[in-house]
Amino acid sequence: MSIKLRWRPQLDDERVEALIANLLRAGVVIAALVVIAGAIPYLGAHPRAHVSFRTYSSEPDDLKTVHGILQFAFTGHARGVIQLGLLLLIATPIARVAFSAVAFAIEGDRMYLGFTLIVLAVLLYSLFGSFLIA
Amino acid sequence: MNVLAFTFLVWAGSLVAGFLGALTGLGGGVVLVPLLTIFFHVDLRYAIGASLVSVIATSSGSAAAYVKEGFSNIRIGMFLEIATTFGALLGAYLTAKVPANAIAIIFGIVLMYSAYVSRRTRPRNNVEQPPDPLATKLKMNGSFPDTSGMRNYNVYRVPAGFGIMYIAGTLSGLLGIGSGALKVVAMDQAMKIPFKVSTTTSNFMIGVTAAASAGIYLSRGYIDPSLAMPVMIGVLIGSLMGTRVLVKTQTKLLRLVFSGVIVLLGLQMIFKGITGGL
Repeated sequence: MSIKLRWRPQLDDERVEALIANLLRAGVVIAALVVIAGAIPYLGAHPRAHVSFRTYSSEPDDLKTVHGILQFAFTGHARGVIQLGLLLLIATPIARVAFSAVAFAIEGDRMYLGFTLIVLAVLLYSLFGSFLIA
Repeated sequence: MNVLAFTFLVWAGSLVAGFLGALTGLGGGVVLVPLLTIFFHVDLRYAIGASLVSVIATSSGSAAAYVKEGFSNIRIGMFLEIATTFGALLGAYLTAKVPANAIAIIFGIVLMYSAYVSRRTRPRNNVEQPPDPLATKLKMNGSFPDTSGMRNYNVYRVPAGFGIMYIAGTLSGLLGIGSGALKVVAMDQAMKIPFKVSTTTSNFMIGVTAAASAGIYLSRGYIDPSLAMPVMIGVLIGSLMGTRVLVKTQTKLLRLVFSGVIVLLGLQMIFKGITGGL
């Protein structure tokens, strides 16, 4: 690939992007493995049980909050383990944004550090702070 | 339906949705919610919860493949994520206020619009315009690998793109989709960013946008592990397969493939919304 050898102004950005891509992939793989780890005992327990999502009734607290999910998963509940995997998945883009913030800080790009911190604040608010007004 | 059959069928359907979503850059969510509500009779709130989770998996899982190709632009993505994440918060709050039938109708309209956008051929302005001062200040102009080596591009109309991104974020939070189509419109049409850069940067942004509303969905109890599990695993595998095809396929063909299916699903969602069939 001769084009890779040509000088490009965004070389640093590209290296950061490659790191971020690996971070995202690792996050998704770990999340998927945890989901599967919960899925096997879940499917094994009552494979012939009736299931329907026709009517909505909000999930129990064990599956709604970060604290509840952790507690439910680590006491060996299969659905809790699946939910923990989903929580890890939701956390993956948040980790990606946090990593971008560090990368922009190292590059000395204060403008983009600022933009990134705004995005990070919104994400953390959604995951941890929404119960404040919900 | 029993647990085993339901899980398998939802998984298989999600796999196809993820494959088509990645292939077109529109994300799996756009067909997933109609699939779950129309064919599996899943309540709309559970459907958008599962869809949103899968959208994060699609976006994050395929980002690695895109980045290697050198298409996506992280600065454009990060700046516009300010608009999409704030929009996503608004959308997630609206989900609790707007009746399910109205959401279904909005969903149908968004589906039809997605199909229209992906079918439209755009006159590509090849005349070199001077760089936009705001885009230059925001360090958005970049380059990407083309058949004839690296091609430089300039970014234009940043405020218009930002505004459309806010709407895209709101729809993402309201409907549990990645809003890929509207994100691509903001970048490709409004901001004049090359199509491949737009689609891959959009894909990169989708996960972050979705995470902004996923936290709220979670605390509201829209995310059920038994439903989200087969959806997430299916979409993830499907989208990874679709990403491999994307780089090799022509964009014109991509836009054609999906639009027919989307129009039909859009009509169905509007019909269900009006007749109260959801």
